[in-house]
Amino acid sequence: MAGPDPSVAAAKRAGEPVLSVRTLAKAYDAGTSREKLAIAEVSFDVARGEFVCVVGPSGAGKTTLLRCLSGLLGPTSGEVRFEGTPLRAVPDRLSVVFQDYSRSLFPWLTVNRNVAVPLRVAGVGKQQREARIQEVLHAVRLGDVGRSYPWQLSGGMQQRVAIARALAQQPDMLLMDEPFASVDAQTRFDLEDLILEVRRELDITVVLVTHDIDEAVYLADRIVVLTGAPSRVQEIVDVPLERPRTQLGTRSSEAFGRLRRHLMELVTTSS
Amino acid sequence: MSSGVTGAVALRWVWSNVWRLWFSAAVLVLWWVLSADSTSTFFPPLQRILERLHALWIVGDARSELWSSLGHFAVGYTVAGVVGVGVGALLWKFRRIGDAVSPVLYFVYVIPTAALLPAIVAIMGIGSAMKITIIVLAAVWPTMLNTLDGMRGVDPLKLDTAKVLHMSALRTVRTVVVPAAMPQVMAGLRHSLQVAVIMMVVSELIASQSGIGFFILEAQQRFAITEMWTGIIVLALVGSVLTVVFIAVERVVLAWYIGARAVERKG
Repeated sequence: MAGPDPSVAAAKRAGEPVLSVRTLAKAYDAGTSREKLAIAEVSFDVARGEFVCVVGPSGAGKTTLLRCLSGLLGPTSGEVRFEGTPLRAVPDRLSVVFQDYSRSLFPWLTVNRNVAVPLRVAGVGKQQREARIQEVLHAVRLGDVGRSYPWQLSGGMQQRVAIARALAQQPDMLLMDEPFASVDAQTRFDLEDLILEVRRELDITVVLVTHDIDEAVYLADRIVVLTGAPSRVQEIVDVPLERPRTQLGTRSSEAFGRLRRHLMELVTTSS
Repeated sequence: MSSGVTGAVALRWVWSNVWRLWFSAAVLVLWWVLSADSTSTFFPPLQRILERLHALWIVGDARSELWSSLGHFAVGYTVAGVVGVGVGALLWKFRRIGDAVSPVLYFVYVIPTAALLPAIVAIMGIGSAMKITIIVLAAVWPTMLNTLDGMRGVDPLKLDTAKVLHMSALRTVRTVVVPAAMPQVMAGLRHSLQVAVIMMVVSELIASQSGIGFFILEAQQRFAITEMWTGIIVLALVGSVLTVVFIAVERVVLAWYIGARAVERKG
């Protein structure tokens, strides 16, 4: 891939946010009598290396927002910039993990071949591809499952495969839509810690949409709180909890409880 | 422990197959016994039918009728399958054109192909081309409509995933749409197989000088009822073999689907 001059790119990176959302609005069936406003006005920035969670009451248009942030859906007005460029399609340096791994993984391909898809698209050679597959499967703590089919694995392992596939193309940013909502509580904790480790190891920017306030507080550097539909930004909450975080220690700390309470108030009053 | 388990599994396997076959065996025995002393012209003893079958189809040269039929079937079914999948995919890809073309297609689809037979004979004569045309005309529909339906039914999240992974349109079709639609395409191909076998016989019942359908009709007209029955039995065997072969192919092509479904059912 022939990118721009690296020194220029580096200068850009230092100053500019990875993701910049400016007065984004999205209406379905715009211009018709059935017009329905899903997002009224949303603005926020995500700095390089930051972990930002987006929370809101159910039906707050979180999934619509995620689709706009990923470039799958064009905004009705306003703008989303990824690394300085307005989104037209899904950018090369952005990866998306959807909630439902059973729908986003390809059941006709083995785990190895699922993870290989983005590498094949990018034209990576066979040897490099195999090395990279091993690398990302290792990064998500998956052992020797490459020859299995996704449906032969547990839900938690399947979501790890989906995360590995998203990491394969070495993205700058990972966009996740309720990625842990389809697994049981214990697996959920494991996956939360996994994504924190992966983010630390790969120095990656993460934006994660969730309805789970505890999860948002546990994971995020900052939390964007949305109002009910049509969505606006109600407040952007800083999460100054120290890292590395641990499920038991962090969640039982006083600061965690205060933040959690504050967010609860915001979300319940806005719905 | 393992040998005991293996033994139990083997026993269950044997038992399930015995259970599967007992009714068929009973019917055969019953047919054999009840027809043994038959003097009816129309229902000769099974023993006599099998003797004639051996003499005609295994020792004799009636097999050439079978090869002639199977030749038409093979060409007709292949063309129907390829055209069905191809046109189905095009109708999916070019949805707007599909909207305009579909009414005509459905109009042709509802005409029983047997009713078109006289017209096709008039246009194409009574050779192989006519027979193949009839098979194609009838067998193309299940595959085409199932392909179209299967492709339209691909989970939109899978298509989003394709976009997120930056797949080109061609790669999306190859890697996502075709495999996702494959279970339904195979269902269509299986239905087309049955239709193709039926039309293979029907095409030989009119103005034909060869083929297994011709053999059965001609035997009946000569009042060679025993020979007629041998033709029918051979036809049933051919249909069964084709179905078994198809299922074997399906198990390979859809191995992932069968496996995933089994996991799903277990919960």
